[in-house]
Amino acid sequence: MSDFEPKIIGFLCNWCSYEGADSAGRAGKVYPANLKVIRVMCSGRIDPQFVIKAFREGADGVMILGCHPGECHYKEGNYQALRKYILLKKMLTQFGIEEERIRLHWVSASECDQFVKVVSEMVKDMRQLGPLMKVNVGRFMKVARVRR
Amino acid sequence: MAKPKIALYWCSSCGGCEESVVDMAEDIIKIKESADIVFWPGAIDTKYKDVKEMKDGEIAVCLINGSIRMDEQQYMARLLRKKSQIVIAQGSCAHIGGIYGLANFYTKEECLNRAYKEVPSVRNPEGILPQVKSKDDERELELSGFHDLVKPLDQVIEVDYYIPGCPPNPKYIVEAIMCILQNKSIPKGSVFADRKALCATCSRSDTKPEKAVLKEIKRVHEWIWDPEKCFLAQNMICLGPATRGGCEERCIKANMPCRGCYGPTENVVDQGGKFLSALASIIDSKDEDELKKIADSILDMGGIFYRYSLPSSLLRKRIK
Amino acid sequence: MGKRITIDPITRLEGHGKINIFLDDKGEVERAYLQIPEFKAFEKFCEGRLAEEMPVITQKICGVCPTAHHTASSKALDDLFKVDPPPAAKKIRELMYNAFMFEDHLFHFYFLAGPDFIVGPDSPELGKNIFGVIDKVGIETGKKVIDIRNRVRRLNATISGSSLYPVCGLPGGVSKTLTKEDITNMKVVTKDALEFAKFTLKIFDDVVLKNKKYTDLINSDTYCHQTYYMGLVDENNKVNFYDGKIRVVDPNGKEFIKFEAKDYLKHLEERVEPWSYLKILYLKDIGWKGFVDGQFSGIYRVGPLARLNASDGMATPLAQAEYERMFDTLGGKPVHKTLAYHWARLIEVLYAAERMDELVKDEELTSPNVRNIPVQTPEEGIGVCEAPRGTLFHHYKTDKKGILREANLLVATQNNAAAICMSIEKAARVFIKKGKFSDGILNMIEMAIRAYDPCLACATHILLGNMPVIVKIFNKNKKLIKQIS
Repeated sequence: MSDFEPKIIGFLCNWCSYEGADSAGRAGKVYPANLKVIRVMCSGRIDPQFVIKAFREGADGVMILGCHPGECHYKEGNYQALRKYILLKKMLTQFGIEEERIRLHWVSASECDQFVKVVSEMVKDMRQLGPLMKVNVGRFMKVARVRR
Repeated sequence: MAKPKIALYWCSSCGGCEESVVDMAEDIIKIKESADIVFWPGAIDTKYKDVKEMKDGEIAVCLINGSIRMDEQQYMARLLRKKSQIVIAQGSCAHIGGIYGLANFYTKEECLNRAYKEVPSVRNPEGILPQVKSKDDERELELSGFHDLVKPLDQVIEVDYYIPGCPPNPKYIVEAIMCILQNKSIPKGSVFADRKALCATCSRSDTKPEKAVLKEIKRVHEWIWDPEKCFLAQNMICLGPATRGGCEERCIKANMPCRGCYGPTENVVDQGGKFLSALASIIDSKDEDELKKIADSILDMGGIFYRYSLPSSLLRKRIK
Repeated sequence: MGKRITIDPITRLEGHGKINIFLDDKGEVERAYLQIPEFKAFEKFCEGRLAEEMPVITQKICGVCPTAHHTASSKALDDLFKVDPPPAAKKIRELMYNAFMFEDHLFHFYFLAGPDFIVGPDSPELGKNIFGVIDKVGIETGKKVIDIRNRVRRLNATISGSSLYPVCGLPGGVSKTLTKEDITNMKVVTKDALEFAKFTLKIFDDVVLKNKKYTDLINSDTYCHQTYYMGLVDENNKVNFYDGKIRVVDPNGKEFIKFEAKDYLKHLEERVEPWSYLKILYLKDIGWKGFVDGQFSGIYRVGPLARLNASDGMATPLAQAEYERMFDTLGGKPVHKTLAYHWARLIEVLYAAERMDELVKDEELTSPNVRNIPVQTPEEGIGVCEAPRGTLFHHYKTDKKGILREANLLVATQNNAAAICMSIEKAARVFIKKGKFSDGILNMIEMAIRAYDPCLACATHILLGNMPVIVKIFNKNKKLIKQIS
């Protein structure tokens, strides 16, 4: 698996963790390029369907970054994210998705080092764990029909 | 003028949808007066060749129930699509995959081995499995080939309308057929059931929790609950918030929680994920360790949240 | 020149199957196969599920007899958790069960197999169905059939939520109590149900038993097999659908074995054939000797006729009188004539109606005490009941948390699988001579199957799919000559 580069999707909240990621960039910090960032207004916005869809479309890992407890711009959105995350990662083991593939961390706007640390760790661990799917079956699935 | 033609067909089904057609009771006579039922293997004796000989579009409306798991069913679904102007997916299996979809948590080999080799009552020292082609004393016999996964109908053919439910409510079957026979204009992809979640019409909705209240989850055999209060408010899993209404709360009336057979509400693809979200929002804890304990007490989330909808969910099956 | 005949789909029965009949050089039947191309992986996908959810999961094996699976499953859970339901709960379950047997048997008679008799086997194909029946007996009677079925199903819905999706079964009882108002409404229904049961037996008498063509058919050797018979009996050896011991009698009517559900593995075994997904059950004590009749073959039958053969009588008076009348008319016990299944079925309808009427008058039904909470750690549980088509076993093994680790289901029609194959072959041998056959003749063969009221969805509780029955005719060189589908 030496040439396997995991694809990681990161959902970052606008007020803290996205700012934290930006500050890492501004400071010229080096971290693996495997992370694709999707900005949401709050980590509490993250619907489990987003995480599941990410795996289906080929992600090997999904990361959720939010504000520290007590610091959420919308007061308790990060706790909502925490609850969903803990249930979701347990449920997805029944689908064969290991718990380590979904991670949630608190990263504030000024914590660029923390951001670099969690991303680097995750990439390293995913490289060891290997790809989630041998073939990206998401490509072959017809787009799920949304029913009216 | 000739009456319009109706066909009913079953794929991988239990027969409950046919029973719900029969449950239309006297309405079935009303339908018989407005249309000719030309194909219905469960109840009348017309054969496949009669369908093959029909012209394309000759059947006005065809109700297909059951999920697709075999070559033969896929073939018949496609054939009936050609011969019918309108195809309605009837029942949970055709709509979202149904309860047999839980087999998508296992591989085809695991399923076969369990049934034919491992169960304690079977005596099969040679490890015989049913075969697509086999010989008995030089006589050749064939069985239809089967697929690795269970699929709902719209993953195989284009479907015009859906009548959800396991089993579907007979009143929606009558409504669907009569609307079409009366040429009423209905948007394609419509689902014949309520548009809102079950909670909207549930008699217990007054006590539905508005904020986080759950500290633990109780299972149905562990205690006796209040027969008038919302299940979620009593720490029990009820898929009402994530399930389309229209079933007239038959399970709730029998004092048992909803298990989601009507499928997700509008614009939701993954019913299990949506319910997980709803459940998480009423769990009363902010502490990670406490949350882990609560999560550990919720057993078999996959089997309960995706009871009927696994094949139509985002992941569809166990990935690894 | 030999040919092969395939009947596909077999219509007017639950589930899908196909029959392949092979002819020899002279056009006589050499061998017939009933192939079931249906398979539902219940025994696998139930693993990992919660034990208390099993009654609502396993009932989806079959939409025609969900209540049977629901009940066998509830009883297996009682055994799993070692909890005994309170008397009121058992009576509620039994009331629901008899109501279900009543309307299910009636459904089979009027909608599935009955058309053969009431409309007539020689009638044109498209008339042999419920609509043909309504044309023949008149719209008023037709409406009565639909109405009583509907009302009895609503009675069940009052108890269990829905007749097609009963949810009330729990380990140690049922989920819901019954009110006095419920009972008052039910009493009206059970009274009418009893009248209707008598009325149906009268129709059977007028249309079938007084018609020499039919009685000749019933008494002929064509539809006759000497097998063992199995059914649930109560402590007086009377037929009971809900509970009891399993009794097997030999082809001469003598008791062979009597055992409890928990010992089923000692006496029953399954066999796999590569040409069908349906596993075949036979008596372990005797062993599998092939598709043959007789004392030395392990093949046995279940279902209405078998239950009546295996018992010493019916527990209610009107049904008992009919029971005696049937055996007197057909030459004593046991009756081996397959078409007598239809008569036995209607006797069971009468018994179910009487039993419903009895239970609904029991004051204990409105008791508020309908559940006992389990306290033992679950491990293993076996439940049995008599489905309309025969004996049904559910066997679960779980871990300490009650998550299912193993499931084994022996479903009614599997018990009859071998007998059905034999009945088809025998009927085929009689009707197909010198390679000649017609649609009408093929229907006579289908009649052999319909007598058993097979539930092929149940029988194959393995999800692979449905395929209607196709008839294909092959010659001795295995070339397909004709296909009727």
